[in-house]
Amino acid sequence: MQTFEYRQSTSVDQAVQAGARSKRAQQYADVRFIAGGTTLVDLMKLDVERPNQVVDINGLPLAQIKTSADGGLVIGALARNSAVAHHPVVQRDYAVLSLALLSGASPQLRNMATTAGNLLQRTRCVYFRDTAHACNKREPGSGCSAIGGHNRMLAILGTSKDCIASNPSDQNVALTALEATIQVQGVKGNQSIPIQDFYLKPGSTPNSENVLEPGDLIVSVTLPPPAPDTRSHYLKLRDRAAYEFALASAAIVIKVNGGRIERARVALGGVGTVPWRSREAEQVLEGHTADVALFRRAAEAALKDAQPASENGFKVELAKRCIVQALTVSTQSA
Amino acid sequence: MRFEEFVEFIGSQEGAPPKSLDANAPPPSAIIGAGVPRIDGPLKTTGSARYAADYNFPGLVYAVPVRATIASGKIQRIDSSAAEAMPGVLLVMHHGNIMPLYRNASGGRNSESRPAFEDETVYYWGQYVAAVVAETFEQAQAAAATVKVEYEPAKFNVDPSLSDSLPPEGEPGGPRVMSNRGNTESAFASALVKVDETYITPVETHNPMEMHATVAVWDGKKYTLYESSQGVMNHQNVVSQVLGVPKENVEVISRFIGSGFGGKLFPWPHSAIAAAASRKLNRPVKLTLSRKMMFSNSGHRPRTQQRMRLGATTDGKLLSLQQNYRNHTSYGDDIRENCGEATPFLYSTANLKVTSALVRRNVGTPTPMRGPGAVPGLFALESAMDELAIKLKKDPVELRLSLDTLIDEEKNRPFSSRHLKECLQLGAEKFGWSRRTPEVGSMRKGDLILGWGVAAASWGANRGVCETEVSLRADGTARVGCGTQDIGTGSYTVIAQVITDKTGIPVDKVDVVLGSSALPPGPTSGGSTATATFLPAVIDGVNAAIKVVLTVAGNTKDSPFEGKDPNSLTMTAGRVHEKGAPAASGVSYNEILHIANLASARGDGKSGGLGADPKSHNFSTHSFGAQFVEIEWDPGIARLRVSRVVSVIDGGRIINMRMATNQVAGAIVMGVGMGLFEETIYDPRNGHPINDNFADYIVPTIADAPQIDVHFLDIPDPLLNEYGARGIGEIGLAGIAPAITAAVYHATGVRVRELPVRIEDLMKTNAVT
Repeated sequence: MQTFEYRQSTSVDQAVQAGARSKRAQQYADVRFIAGGTTLVDLMKLDVERPNQVVDINGLPLAQIKTSADGGLVIGALARNSAVAHHPVVQRDYAVLSLALLSGASPQLRNMATTAGNLLQRTRCVYFRDTAHACNKREPGSGCSAIGGHNRMLAILGTSKDCIASNPSDQNVALTALEATIQVQGVKGNQSIPIQDFYLKPGSTPNSENVLEPGDLIVSVTLPPPAPDTRSHYLKLRDRAAYEFALASAAIVIKVNGGRIERARVALGGVGTVPWRSREAEQVLEGHTADVALFRRAAEAALKDAQPASENGFKVELAKRCIVQALTVSTQSA
Repeated sequence: MRFEEFVEFIGSQEGAPPKSLDANAPPPSAIIGAGVPRIDGPLKTTGSARYAADYNFPGLVYAVPVRATIASGKIQRIDSSAAEAMPGVLLVMHHGNIMPLYRNASGGRNSESRPAFEDETVYYWGQYVAAVVAETFEQAQAAAATVKVEYEPAKFNVDPSLSDSLPPEGEPGGPRVMSNRGNTESAFASALVKVDETYITPVETHNPMEMHATVAVWDGKKYTLYESSQGVMNHQNVVSQVLGVPKENVEVISRFIGSGFGGKLFPWPHSAIAAAASRKLNRPVKLTLSRKMMFSNSGHRPRTQQRMRLGATTDGKLLSLQQNYRNHTSYGDDIRENCGEATPFLYSTANLKVTSALVRRNVGTPTPMRGPGAVPGLFALESAMDELAIKLKKDPVELRLSLDTLIDEEKNRPFSSRHLKECLQLGAEKFGWSRRTPEVGSMRKGDLILGWGVAAASWGANRGVCETEVSLRADGTARVGCGTQDIGTGSYTVIAQVITDKTGIPVDKVDVVLGSSALPPGPTSGGSTATATFLPAVIDGVNAAIKVVLTVAGNTKDSPFEGKDPNSLTMTAGRVHEKGAPAASGVSYNEILHIANLASARGDGKSGGLGADPKSHNFSTHSFGAQFVEIEWDPGIARLRVSRVVSVIDGGRIINMRMATNQVAGAIVMGVGMGLFEETIYDPRNGHPINDNFADYIVPTIADAPQIDVHFLDIPDPLLNEYGARGIGEIGLAGIAPAITAAVYHATGVRVRELPVRIEDLMKTNAVT
């Protein structure tokens, strides 16, 4: 860990101004906001992040969870993962989010980790997290050690020849299926960014993971109002029973009427370089009768562009089984 | 390390043998075997037990190692100028500037024979190449990151396949014959039923909760080392040689240890680095290993590759058993994983041969891990037995029962106490084995497929030399001192129970002092031998202390027994009385001490190793067990879980049922890790153990722990000590992994011969769905 300056912000404006002094907002940002610290502090200890200044935003009034005027839900950036997971409205109307959060990390980590921090969670690729190895995400142009290396946990969708790092979050998979929007306050004013447009696939610049610029501070995440009779589910598959990142996961938000699927949202975790929305699967599902054969076709469609690396070929089939099972559970009559 | 070598290491041939179990003697009091809660529990649960890294002293400074980022080569240059200019930095040590550290040849056992910074050669990724000492940990850490090391890399090899070509058997470097009887080749050739398969166990890394740490304090003449050690006496012996100072100038203290699993048996190089820095700076130095460092710098269970050939008659008689195994070792040390530990005597067969070979890799030096040799060896043997049972269409429990023997056919001696048959029978009953249907995939629970598997377990039993001092004190308490240590297994409590049994002093009034090399020499906590070793020395010490009390009772003016021959007196439940008279007629021992104006009565205890007892040469001593495992396989989502384990252990008399159960339950969870999760993976491009962290090297969580049912036969072994106790630290792990893979086969039809079982193994074939 390198020496850094620690400051506390007392207002959102002040935090934005502090953040705006950073030359970049992505990898190696020289100013970093800290909330729960569950990702950032680890990476600083590993020398993978080396900010000169750490701006503590825990004092900002951004922890509230409240219903919005249109009947949706606004989740403050600093709402802890455990608070969101156990919130009665989340449990009632957005079960997929509660299930996703509770499947991730450990109770201790969930008590610290925040909604916005989780949105910005970094990959668990071992080569990213060890400075002894080449990594384009960490050191652009240095090469990708994961390709041809230990990549059992890594991505099969959205990869590039420069990066196959997987996005490890569970929360973000659920938020993708829920079509959340992310409210950002920055030097140029306020923006509301659909989660679908928030993450960047690695391409040739895997060091840039999202659209945030210096000074941009996530202040909240908004969920649209729940459509009537919609059900949702999150299924996470991994080697052990708890406290492990997903090999594959699926978030489903679905409305079935008389056996026919009216609306489906499908997002995948553990297999994509970003939280992975599968419009291909949704198209197969919508307008058709819910049955296992249809679910399997949707799963095939979701994975048709998968490009496995040397060790993670099994994830293609695993993700398909995950989708089929998650759809089966979420469409079972109550 | 062969168990026999370990026994030699603990010194079993020395000293007078203790009394062995007397069949006519009255049984011990109820305290022996009782589930007494650990007496150090309150210290641990309140955070007041101090572990090595918890020691702090005025002026303490911090050492942080710099580690090699190549797997083989030479250091060309070390540039520490930036580090030396950083705030708080006091010293940068490396091979070019460190005071000499030596090898050891005069007894004791080191982990890596090469001391830190011996020369410019790098043998494995992560090897210590320098260390930075600074006023704070953070300063040392930041400075260590700036030390630039230039290397001339050399070719290296971390190939997981151990199929290297070897010189022929018997030639230098060729396979070594470990056991041989009859004619295996011709017996195998003539057998009508054969199994010929190769089994592989991966590198596993010791991950005790408490990582290694040394706090070294140099006082101008003497070193005090606060360590996390499974053997304070050995650590003192070895490190004094490494530092080149007399043994009495090193004291090693390990009051509490957050477990070791073998990884803390012998000193690792960081200990002498901290000591050398302390001497150089004349300041106390703390050096703690990170979890990452644990994967390179403090040992591992080596990878094994074992070809098993079993030949049988169609009715299940074992004609021939061959085990040809290899394990990897480092460039510095020849560490032989004794995979044939249990093979020569577990089943009856006239023709048997075991050979062992070493294959060198650029890895740190391997070291024993819980059940070294036997645990990977039994994975191969018991897997092969399961495959044989299937070929014979015989129930795997029945096959094992039919091949049971009460004679060690290797040594041609009876076992001192072998009850494998009873373990299998009781386990089958508790597990409900009779309800098993043998067809693959035939047992269901809703959408889940159940698999039931079984394996036998074995581990050696032995006893080394030990000394103790036991004081019965006038305030009604007792103190026991012994230079062994409690690595979390319960040694503190077991010793207190013995004092209670012999004196009536309650366990909470017994002060057990362990974990210092300044105490009377006690055993290393390894090989499941510590309990059997210190029990007789504690008994000898307490008997000597009682003798002092009785002598004083007869000699002291105004004593109720003044003038009595001490031999006519005895002590029962803390009361001194005349032999033949009821205990109630006597007076308490502390009253005698008060009358005589004595603070305490001290007895020095000593007991010898098992080998010193001529009777032991007529017997073979081992523990046995049977493991029954249920797995659940959900093919719809490729989910594999171990759901239920029944473990029956024949480990002699159990001294503390609670802690023994705890040991075996913990071993079962460790076995789930061995079966399904654990594997240290070396990146073939650079030799880095790439999953050197707890997100990528996964171990079971509490959610992965199956329903566990542990039973002990609790049959005393008459040979080992007067209680008939053996040891139960390791055997609980033996047999779990092969029982898991047998269960996986039963559920899925996929035979996994290379651990760990991965879900992709079960997805890619025509497994049952």
